[in-house]
Amino acid sequence: MRGGRSAGIYLVLVVLLFLLALASVIFGAVEITVGEIGSALAHALSGETLASLNERIFLQIRLPRVIMGIFVGATLTIGGVLLQALFRNPIVEPGLVGTSSGAAFGASLYFVLGAAFGIELGEWGLPLAACIGGMVSTTLVFYLARSRDSGRSSVIALLLTGVAVNALFLSGVGFLSYIARDPQARSITFWNLGTLSGAYWGAVGIVGAVTGIGLWLSLRYAKQLNALMLGEQEAQLLGVSLGQLKLKVLAVNVVMVAVATAFVGVIAFVGLIVPHFLRMLNGSDNRFLLGAGALTGAIVLTASDLAARLLVSPAELPLGIVTSVIGTPIFILLLRRTNYLF
Amino acid sequence: MISLENVSFAVKKKELVREVSAEFAPGKMHLILGPNGAGKSTLVRLISGELAPSTGAIHFDGTNLRDLSLLQQARRRAVLSQNLELTFPLSVGEVVMLGRYPHFTDRPRAEDLAIREEAMRLFGVLAMQDRNYLTLSGGEKQRVQFARVFAQIWTAVADRPRLLLLDEPLTFLDIFYQYDLMRKIRDFMSGNPGLTVIGVVHDINIAAKFADQILLLRNGTVFAHGDPRTVLTEKSILEVFRVVIQDRFEIN
Repeated sequence: MRGGRSAGIYLVLVVLLFLLALASVIFGAVEITVGEIGSALAHALSGETLASLNERIFLQIRLPRVIMGIFVGATLTIGGVLLQALFRNPIVEPGLVGTSSGAAFGASLYFVLGAAFGIELGEWGLPLAACIGGMVSTTLVFYLARSRDSGRSSVIALLLTGVAVNALFLSGVGFLSYIARDPQARSITFWNLGTLSGAYWGAVGIVGAVTGIGLWLSLRYAKQLNALMLGEQEAQLLGVSLGQLKLKVLAVNVVMVAVATAFVGVIAFVGLIVPHFLRMLNGSDNRFLLGAGALTGAIVLTASDLAARLLVSPAELPLGIVTSVIGTPIFILLLRRTNYLF
Repeated sequence: MISLENVSFAVKKKELVREVSAEFAPGKMHLILGPNGAGKSTLVRLISGELAPSTGAIHFDGTNLRDLSLLQQARRRAVLSQNLELTFPLSVGEVVMLGRYPHFTDRPRAEDLAIREEAMRLFGVLAMQDRNYLTLSGGEKQRVQFARVFAQIWTAVADRPRLLLLDEPLTFLDIFYQYDLMRKIRDFMSGNPGLTVIGVVHDINIAAKFADQILLLRNGTVFAHGDPRTVLTEKSILEVFRVVIQDRFEIN
């Protein structure tokens, strides 16, 4: 549509993201100056050892954390856009079709029983367990929601099945916390609340790669998802083969969300609110929603993480709590506004 | 152009369409009439490829419909239906562009943009192209959808014949727009000889006025097929619709 307007929005988002990311590496329990950032980058690029403690904090703790936040925010929003477009329903997000609770269950299982069964996969164990959990629960939701007659699933059936499967997996998480020993129980709780504090470069690389590939694939489906706005029947008349599209979009979504969730825990509301906000701003062309959504999701998560670190400094709040506390009122506000006028 | 060979369609052993064979000549307007439950909509949905025949075959320009991909069909066949809602907000221009989607891969080409503009002009919605579709009135939405559907088959792809299907598009229109739409379809056909129209309308008068050929259905089978004058007789209407026609209205 209005190319000029979209370009303006992109520009504002990029500038905003850059400023927030900069603020996010500077402020925290320890304040880092711009001069230290410059010299740390210069040292790192020239391969020299880092001079000061602050330089090391910046390069090994702050920077990976901020970049991780950017990727995770982008991933969660892309997941939200994909699912909302696919189910033609603005209140769908990865959490509602079981992906997050399944991932949480997988992770909890790993925390509590992984060591007991002698499963030791190093840093890959947790993401793998969460990924498998997310895939199992999402597949379960879609399998159970299929109608026996037509083999297709309605949105209502899907959402209600999602509620049921979520309840099952979350009670599983509850049971595991109940039988867990103290440190394990703390890990589960911490992970369920979501945090970027464990970010390291290896994880950033994995999540970054998945986010990049996921965004690229999603953009390829954007046109077909646009046609779906007219309804499944009309989309087919426009040449969209629905079965394939659903499968591809769901696969991309599950892998993206499960991998991100595996490293940072459960973070709610970002994938739900950001697409809403952008639709009000500039309509629902999915190409725009995916691109601008990735940026806006990154902004929201970076800002939330900054708040999580500054509010109770030098301690920090779990990120999932911050996004939920900010997200809930915004979501209700969005719901109460008139339907999508731009 | 379109030929049906012993086409049947059944849902749970109930046959909605039974052993229908018919040839739809190219460049003509074929309208399907029949009482409720005669299988009119089912027949249109079989021709549009939404439903697959239980037995029999449908040929589109010599090729079995089964052997054409959804995209191949979409490039040459469009369906005009009743008012459609949209889940999410899109501008009018974006909605009409959806009709061009089967024709380009990534970004709309200059040709697609030009066709979109002409289609919007034909249905008088060009001035509202930046408006949010969700804020339009029912009649405006309908015209936007018409522009979208026409944009889909605006020009021939590689000079192959095109097909426009009508799935009761007149249902929610007032009488002015009913005639307006039928006239626009007629005008469009005279400028595009490669276009065949097959469809369902409810009004016998409109069908008689605009159709080249009438297919009269009863209980899922063909009752009569041919020129409106020969098909729509007092006798056939009495038998199919169980209504006696009078040549003028009596007003007390």
